[in-house]
Amino acid sequence: MFIRNLSKWVCAAALLSLTGCSGGILDPKGQIGADEKSLIIICTILMLLVVIPVIVMTLYFAWKYRADRNEAYEPKWSHSSKIEAIVWTIPIVIVVVLGVITWRSTHALDPYKPIEDKGEHLTVEVVSLNWKWLFIYPEQGIATVNELVFPANVPVEYKITSESTMNSFFIPQLGSQIYSMAGMETKLHLIANEPGTFDGFSSNYSGAGFSGMKFKAIATPTRQDFNDWVAKVKAGGGSLTQQSYPALAEPSENHPVEYFANVSDGLFHSIVMKYMQAHGEMNYYEKPEHSAHQMHSMSEAEE
Amino acid sequence: MSIFGKLTLESVPYHEPIIMVTLAVVAVVGLVIAGLITKYKQWSVLWHDWITSIDHKRLGIMYIVLALVMLVRGFADAIMMRSQLALATNGAAGYLPPEHYDQIFSAHGVIMIIFMAMPFMIGLMNIIVPLQVGARDVAFPFLNNLSFWLTAGGAILINISLAVGEFARTGWVAYPPLSELAYSPGVGVDYYIWALQLSGMGTLLTAVNFLVTVFKMRAPGMRLMQMPIFTWTCTWANILVAASFPILTAVLAMLTLDRYLGFHFFTNEAGGNAMMYINLFWAWGHPEVYILILPAFGIFSEVISTFTGKRLFGYKSMVYASGAISILGFIVWLHHFFTMGSSANVNAFFGVMTMIIAVPTGAKLFNWLFTMYRGRLRITVPVLWTIGFMVTFTIGGMTGVLLAIPGADYVLHNSLFLIAHFHNTILGGAVFGYFAGFNYWFPKAMGFKLHEGWGKASFWCWLVGFFVAFMPLYVLGFLGMTRRLNHTNNPEWNLWLYIAAVGGVIIMFGIIFQFIQLYVSFKERKQLKDTTGDPWNGHTLEWSTASPPQFYNFGHIPTVHDIDAWTDMKEKGIAYKLLDKYLPIHMPKNTSAGVLMSLGFTGFGFAMIWHIWWLAIVGLVFAIGVYIKRCYSRDVDYFVMPEEVHEIEQAHAAAAAKEVTA
Amino acid sequence: MNTAANYLTPDAAVHEHGGHEEHTSHSVFGFWLYLMTDCLLFASFFATYAVLYMNTAGGVSGKDIFELDYVAIETAALLLSSITFGFAMITAQGQKQRATLGWLLVTFAFGAVFIGMEINEFHHLIAEGYGPQKSAFLSAFFSLVGLHGLHVTAGLIWMTVMMIEVVRRGLGHQTVTRLSCLSLFWHFLDIVWICVFTVVYLMGAM
Repeated sequence: MFIRNLSKWVCAAALLSLTGCSGGILDPKGQIGADEKSLIIICTILMLLVVIPVIVMTLYFAWKYRADRNEAYEPKWSHSSKIEAIVWTIPIVIVVVLGVITWRSTHALDPYKPIEDKGEHLTVEVVSLNWKWLFIYPEQGIATVNELVFPANVPVEYKITSESTMNSFFIPQLGSQIYSMAGMETKLHLIANEPGTFDGFSSNYSGAGFSGMKFKAIATPTRQDFNDWVAKVKAGGGSLTQQSYPALAEPSENHPVEYFANVSDGLFHSIVMKYMQAHGEMNYYEKPEHSAHQMHSMSEAEE
Repeated sequence: MSIFGKLTLESVPYHEPIIMVTLAVVAVVGLVIAGLITKYKQWSVLWHDWITSIDHKRLGIMYIVLALVMLVRGFADAIMMRSQLALATNGAAGYLPPEHYDQIFSAHGVIMIIFMAMPFMIGLMNIIVPLQVGARDVAFPFLNNLSFWLTAGGAILINISLAVGEFARTGWVAYPPLSELAYSPGVGVDYYIWALQLSGMGTLLTAVNFLVTVFKMRAPGMRLMQMPIFTWTCTWANILVAASFPILTAVLAMLTLDRYLGFHFFTNEAGGNAMMYINLFWAWGHPEVYILILPAFGIFSEVISTFTGKRLFGYKSMVYASGAISILGFIVWLHHFFTMGSSANVNAFFGVMTMIIAVPTGAKLFNWLFTMYRGRLRITVPVLWTIGFMVTFTIGGMTGVLLAIPGADYVLHNSLFLIAHFHNTILGGAVFGYFAGFNYWFPKAMGFKLHEGWGKASFWCWLVGFFVAFMPLYVLGFLGMTRRLNHTNNPEWNLWLYIAAVGGVIIMFGIIFQFIQLYVSFKERKQLKDTTGDPWNGHTLEWSTASPPQFYNFGHIPTVHDIDAWTDMKEKGIAYKLLDKYLPIHMPKNTSAGVLMSLGFTGFGFAMIWHIWWLAIVGLVFAIGVYIKRCYSRDVDYFVMPEEVHEIEQAHAAAAAKEVTA
Repeated sequence: MNTAANYLTPDAAVHEHGGHEEHTSHSVFGFWLYLMTDCLLFASFFATYAVLYMNTAGGVSGKDIFELDYVAIETAALLLSSITFGFAMITAQGQKQRATLGWLLVTFAFGAVFIGMEINEFHHLIAEGYGPQKSAFLSAFFSLVGLHGLHVTAGLIWMTVMMIEVVRRGLGHQTVTRLSCLSLFWHFLDIVWICVFTVVYLMGAM
């Protein structure tokens, strides 16, 4: 009894805290995140349709057929085609439904797919360094460390790579995350549906300074606010060049926010290519996502 | 370079008070145990009857002892992590700096999976499977001893890493490039590599051994579809081991070449591809979780069917479901990294394949339910673990399916939701199963039952502790907390981190009560004695032997006509019947070759970790030399004479008869 | 088995604990299972090679360094050794001790030629600056071929041990069983080599 009360209490508390919320993935501020939240809720409800009866039946059967109750007893009864058919069918039906949802949602929420009907994309190039995030704005010609600013209601395309170890670029309230890998360019499309400041971090452990690898993602109310911010960064001076980049790439922990008014052209490209050019001619730069895919099909064939 | 390679006196972490205190405690406990063995003059017994034993039952017991010791070690890591995270809130640093904390979570994962769960599972399999199929031992008893000592050698290496040097700071998956020399220059990853290689070799040999045993050595009359369900699930697990562990061996070998000889498999430079490691690792890692859970499924089936006094419902369905899980387990590994940027088609395919596993698993749950239906369920400790499992695992299965949906995984990946999920299935699934099996088969292995009261107390602590510790982690996952953080600064998370720490303490009491249960049961072993060898009115052949079983298992190997072979014999009135004349029984002799070979390999591993090349060569040559010598040896077996067999069998039958008439 | 055999009539042995035939079948089946796991080990290295063979880091590719003529001779040596091992097994079954030893020696010689040539090839490549540290392609190439070479070396050591056993003990049941396992191993390595030759050398040189 105690257990059930306890778990009820925990569930209730969980629901309360989650709906009252506060920054998690159940409090999305962007389209992708919102879609993912409803996906989670729908699928959970669908599964609860089986899970709750199973748990109830387990406890009920254990109580009803315990030895001292002298219920009906059939020690040799061990097969019933009817029951077998039912117990295989129920999970199959649920999985078919979930499978269809999965297939559709995976395509709809593909991180590589541009967000449509929301106008022009803003492009940000993201580099994970030990242990900080570098954001390069190729269109604006500026760069920042550990602060990401973009206008609300404008889709943002992130091109992601890593200088060193593997990290994962994640802003929970906006939705999906994607790994950053050296010599590889991954992509992610996100949008903020309202202005605000959101937590962003690496969600893939990358060494000693990992816990401090955080940044603020700020969605400005308008494009003008964003342009003002760009102007402010430009006015601040400082520049990031091929020569000064290695110093920035040196490991550092809890790195403060940094602005660069200038960034040399093609810095991101050169970071990716530094390792990628060693990957033969087949998976060259024009199709960056290719190398990731090719790998998978290889090992699939293998297995 | 000195003759001790990279090893110097500075390799011992004197400046770490936590480690030093731990080492002191270990040293004291070790001295006390050594003192007790000396006092009771047990060294010779330890060497002749245990360390060199090739008896599958004794090896099984040693595996479980190893698992329990490593459970304590792994749990100590767990409680340190939970307390660190409860203390290091609101920007506080806590008491474990990252360089120490990162080793702890890496060690916790490796220890719990490779050195706690695996030995526990293999231990139960060792004790029970040969008995269930009516065999005198496994197919290759010497190899079985070697397997155990290789596993133990790996465990010893990982424990040495606590005192000498450091353990990996990479997480238990040791993804490159982080685990490459460039980012992990210390010996931690090398400890990881060699500990896993040694125990992996042991596990692989065990799998081959048991596959030959069940396919070639079943009692006369026992068809494949009459093997007890636990044997079946172990067989599927062994097939998975044989098919997946070579991949682990390969991937670790490649990482070794990268780290030791400057190869470029997974480096960033010169065309290495870290994604290859991640794919290969999980091509082993995902089957691995089914290796852990399938035997547990078998245990639950045995427990439910025994304690309801009924045949297992849907035996065939159970066997095929296990097979389906095994095969599907091999084509889902990509769900561990949906966020790597694969195309939607690839992700969706692996997501759907993963979900399909829920079908046979769900069918199994229903089959357990209908085994209870119209039974006479005795609520014993193994049954409590089983019911606890059915409730817990259902939740874990649900969250697992949720994680299998790429769209959901994009936000839940690497979060504490994931941590809660896999503890929900591995702890609330596999480990609960091992504890059920531990309580269920303890009298068979040791000759006396475990104390019920303490068993129940420990079960409730574990179950309550589990929910209190891990339900908050689901919440924290939703709140956006990622795994492997050393400290946090988010007031929303604090309450949940505190609750989870309390859960850890409750589980600690569960473990303490388990040890008290062992102690009390040992004290009261006379009252708890199992005289018949069949304390629960069991169904399968292991219960036809004495408790503990005769060293040759069966005086005469029974002919099997039914899945529940022992129930069948009891019903036909041929249980406990003595033969007029027994035949001599051919038995293998104990040998020190296994432990010596493992000594060589462990020495080799240690030497490789510290780059002590001469010692590596000595260790390797020694191990191979011992093996070749063993191959030439002719003194490897002996016969038990019919008179002795008759005497032993008569004693068992008499004890059983006394109990039955009384 | 030997001390055991003194005590028992063959019938009783077969009946109660399994006689020679059963013992052999366990060993051979167990060894065959082990070979299947070994096969997966090779498969993992093949898969890695398939993924990495284009990652030459701007250095040499297979086309530049493989000498098919040389490798063809190597291959011939290994294939011939498989045939001679076959003869060794036939003579062993026929209890012809001297002939068995002779064929084993010939097999060993062919195996040694193969390993010698492989070591020479590796040495040559490394000397020319194409060592496994140069690129992922070369890492994968050296380890796949080297893994096979390591197996052949282990086979040669095993063969030495078996030859001593044949000299000292003759062709007893256990010895023939062990020879059967070694023969499985040897033929298995042959098959793996054919895959290596095709995938690495032929396809690489084309």
